[in-house]
Amino acid sequence: MSSLSPSDHLTLPARFRRLNGGMIALIVMIGLIGIALLYSAGGKHWTPWAGPQLARFAAGLCLMMALALTDVRVWLRFAYPMYGVMLALLVIVELMGHIGMGAQRWINLGFFVLQPSELMKITLVLALAKYFHGLSPEDITHPMKLIAPAAMVCAPVGLVLLQPNLGTALLLTFASAAVFWAAGVRWWKFALVLALAGLLLPIAWHHLHEYQRARLMTFMNPAADPLGHGYNIMQSKIALGSGGLFGRGFGQGPQSQLQFLPEKHTDFIFVVLAEEFGLVGALFLLFLYFLLIAYGFIIAWTCRNPFGRLAALGLTVSFFLYVFVNVAMVTGTIPVVGIPLPLVSYGGTAMLTLLIGCGVLLSISVHRDMRLSRTGINE
Amino acid sequence: MAGDSEKVRLFTRRAALIAGAQTGLFALLAGRLYYLQILEGGKYRQMAEENRISLRIVAPPRGRILDRSGAALAFNDQTYRVVLLPEQIEDFSDLMGKLGPLLSLEDTDLKRIARDMKNRQGFNAVIVRDNLTRDQMDSVAVRIPDMPGVDLDAGEVRSYPYGEVTAHVLGYVGTVSEAEIDDDEEDDDADMLRAQGFRVGKNGIEKAYDTPLRGEAGDVEMEVNAHGRVVQELSHRAPLAGTELTLALDIGLQQFVQQRLAAEEGGAAVVLDIRNGEILALASQPSFDPNLFTFGIGQEDWAQLNTDMHAPLLNKVVGGVYAPGSTFKPIAALAALDSGLVNPEDRTFCPGYYEFGSHTFHCWKHGGHGSVNMVEAIAGSCDTYFYDLGHKIGIDRIQAMAQRFGLGTKTGIDLPHERSGLVPSRSWKQATKHQAWQQGETLIAAIGQGYMLASPLQLAVAAARIANGGRAITPHLAKKIGGKEAVTTEGPLMGLDPRHLDIVRQGMADVINAPTGTAYAARILQEGMEMAGKTGTAQVRHISEAEHEDGVTKNENLPWKERDHALFMGYAPRAEPRYAISVIVEHGGSGAHIAVPIARDILLECQTRKGTG
Repeated sequence: MSSLSPSDHLTLPARFRRLNGGMIALIVMIGLIGIALLYSAGGKHWTPWAGPQLARFAAGLCLMMALALTDVRVWLRFAYPMYGVMLALLVIVELMGHIGMGAQRWINLGFFVLQPSELMKITLVLALAKYFHGLSPEDITHPMKLIAPAAMVCAPVGLVLLQPNLGTALLLTFASAAVFWAAGVRWWKFALVLALAGLLLPIAWHHLHEYQRARLMTFMNPAADPLGHGYNIMQSKIALGSGGLFGRGFGQGPQSQLQFLPEKHTDFIFVVLAEEFGLVGALFLLFLYFLLIAYGFIIAWTCRNPFGRLAALGLTVSFFLYVFVNVAMVTGTIPVVGIPLPLVSYGGTAMLTLLIGCGVLLSISVHRDMRLSRTGINE
Repeated sequence: MAGDSEKVRLFTRRAALIAGAQTGLFALLAGRLYYLQILEGGKYRQMAEENRISLRIVAPPRGRILDRSGAALAFNDQTYRVVLLPEQIEDFSDLMGKLGPLLSLEDTDLKRIARDMKNRQGFNAVIVRDNLTRDQMDSVAVRIPDMPGVDLDAGEVRSYPYGEVTAHVLGYVGTVSEAEIDDDEEDDDADMLRAQGFRVGKNGIEKAYDTPLRGEAGDVEMEVNAHGRVVQELSHRAPLAGTELTLALDIGLQQFVQQRLAAEEGGAAVVLDIRNGEILALASQPSFDPNLFTFGIGQEDWAQLNTDMHAPLLNKVVGGVYAPGSTFKPIAALAALDSGLVNPEDRTFCPGYYEFGSHTFHCWKHGGHGSVNMVEAIAGSCDTYFYDLGHKIGIDRIQAMAQRFGLGTKTGIDLPHERSGLVPSRSWKQATKHQAWQQGETLIAAIGQGYMLASPLQLAVAAARIANGGRAITPHLAKKIGGKEAVTTEGPLMGLDPRHLDIVRQGMADVINAPTGTAYAARILQEGMEMAGKTGTAQVRHISEAEHEDGVTKNENLPWKERDHALFMGYAPRAEPRYAISVIVEHGGSGAHIAVPIARDILLECQTRKGTG
């Protein structure tokens, strides 16, 4: 394999120069929009949401920059250990949950609430990327070679489903599928898995929690139970729809300001935007996301090593899934699954996870021209 | 390596597919937003407004009802009440547990409150208890901080200072039923009718003039949040008070009449101004206390009022119908005079009975009246004369004249539940009994017995029309509505010959004032105030038709039920008539002995008291 020698190790200033400025600008813009919306949702107050979010965003940006300047080979080298740690933490919080911490599925580190399922979205993608990075094109066609990565996906998805966190499980599954697909796994294998899933669906329905079934049923007909499970979605649609073309104005959305909108600072923050800034505002934010995702694809396409390509793609698809699932949910297009709007919803864990993901993506971008051997870090 | 470059191409292609799919999904979201915000935007905007804006109805104060000289007969009292603001309640059953003992709430109250909580409109308060006593108010007031969702509220309650005296005239108000909301003519009023504590007229004047008395509701438009707390007041529209209603009623006279009747078990009396049909007094015995209904009548009181054999809730002046008996004779006489078939001077010999075909019809006077002309026949109430008269003129003429005097149809008085009575005719009998009219029935009809039925009001109106020279006045209670004179006409002339009326009036004057008259003993002695009229004693085989139909009285426990009704209709003063009256004492016996003294006292009171102008 012809590759650049390890001597094409980039100096720090060189990495700095190679940073993707447009992408960073987009991230900052989206984050600031989020803070502005939280300011509005808080009744034009910095407390309780906008202020803490700003602090976290600033800290998260620093972390992201640090990760962006990190040598991409670090991710490659530690992909499995990081995955292993997260998997272990997932098992631990699962056990803790059973032992009597209720539905708690996180570990409070004091300065940061660690939610292993969140970080797993990154480490799973990295681990899969590393795995496929090490496979030759011939290996890919070998079904036996797919057992290990499939297991890598099934383990965390299974654990997350047990929590139960349907949204994260779906997100992990779809992002992983994208990596499998981009790595060259034949389409009929997906068909096979889909067919299998179809067969298992009735059983899965049987095992769904009552509230999850209710959410699915509510999605089918939200008006049937407007004051129960359908309430959130109905109020969300009212808020969205009443925004019209230009919205009610900043801090002027009655649905948001008068508490009709549920979870307006977390999962339903997009609705605050749509109510107060209308279709124009909503499409503007969607366009920023679209650009950010486009950057992700460009990084994946231009990256010269398979690990970077696959990781960039997996992370970008994850990011897209966040956006799509959240917006589709609040617009009543798909059932309610608790997924935050990336970089905008209030919440430290999701924010940090996303900024870490962006940091890794930026790092891949910085090192996009680096060639990495199939077998190891150094050729 | 070839494999690797193939892998890159595959990656690029597949990543492009994913990118394409994602772009498509973005487009889907954009389309969805366009659909929700632009295409359906108007609908959701309206739903958002409905979410945000809560309309609280402000009930208007009900119009007062005054008597002819301005005395308040019905007005609104301030009352304090405990209300619930449901959106602020934390624990409903706990709260009821606290309030129950303070306000001595019963199970029925708790049930009603729970129902009101469920059915309330918007964010309107739910009334726990109205008309608090001072103690109750204090005990709730001090505990309000511990009971979120509980508040004291000032409201208005209808008050009838004259109570039983005006109950049959004014009726009463009560809470609105769903049927009343559906039937209401004023579509705009539905919100007001549904407002907590709003009351509408249920009977009497309160019902007849409910719409003007109501007024127009105001409202407060408030912005509320999802928890129902008021954020700000958006607009405020003051209610328009109900129209003030002045009645023709003279409350002093009304009190006198109701009290004069109070000694009797059941009866009715009405006094009207013969010139214009204004009703000066209208009393029905027994009466009831309308204030009982103000806060919702208790079951016990309600049951008692409804099962009382004397039917206290029935206004017998308009809703009771009786055989008019001999009080009908002046009308029969006018029918005869109008026909030209009978000369008033012609004499008929009364041996105490009248033989017709194979039947013998008895006169009330066993020995007979001897030879009587029309005036004497009226004065002495000679049945024989009128049997003969009926035979001569036939039922059709009797029926026509009775109808000209308003019998058999509602007078159109401004009170609900008026009954029309009955004037029998050939066609009526054919239609209802499928039998041909018998001549014997004509004789009975001529003395006001048989099928004929009239309300006390109809008899008073007939007396007024005889006294005023044959003008078809319409009886009415309202004099001014909101300061504006209620429309009253003198009444069209009935086309009666004044000479005929003079003859009948002479007969009616002699009933009282001639020694041969049936009511000579009860005449008015004061000069210039003498009354005229006609007694009647209606035979009762069954209890009165009114009670019968209303099913309020049980037959078997009525020892007095077989006795005759005592009736009188007349006017005073006889020379220049001003007041018409009718009196009925149910199962009172002889009209001359029972009804006339009551009428005399009332007519004397009319003429001696001041203020009835």
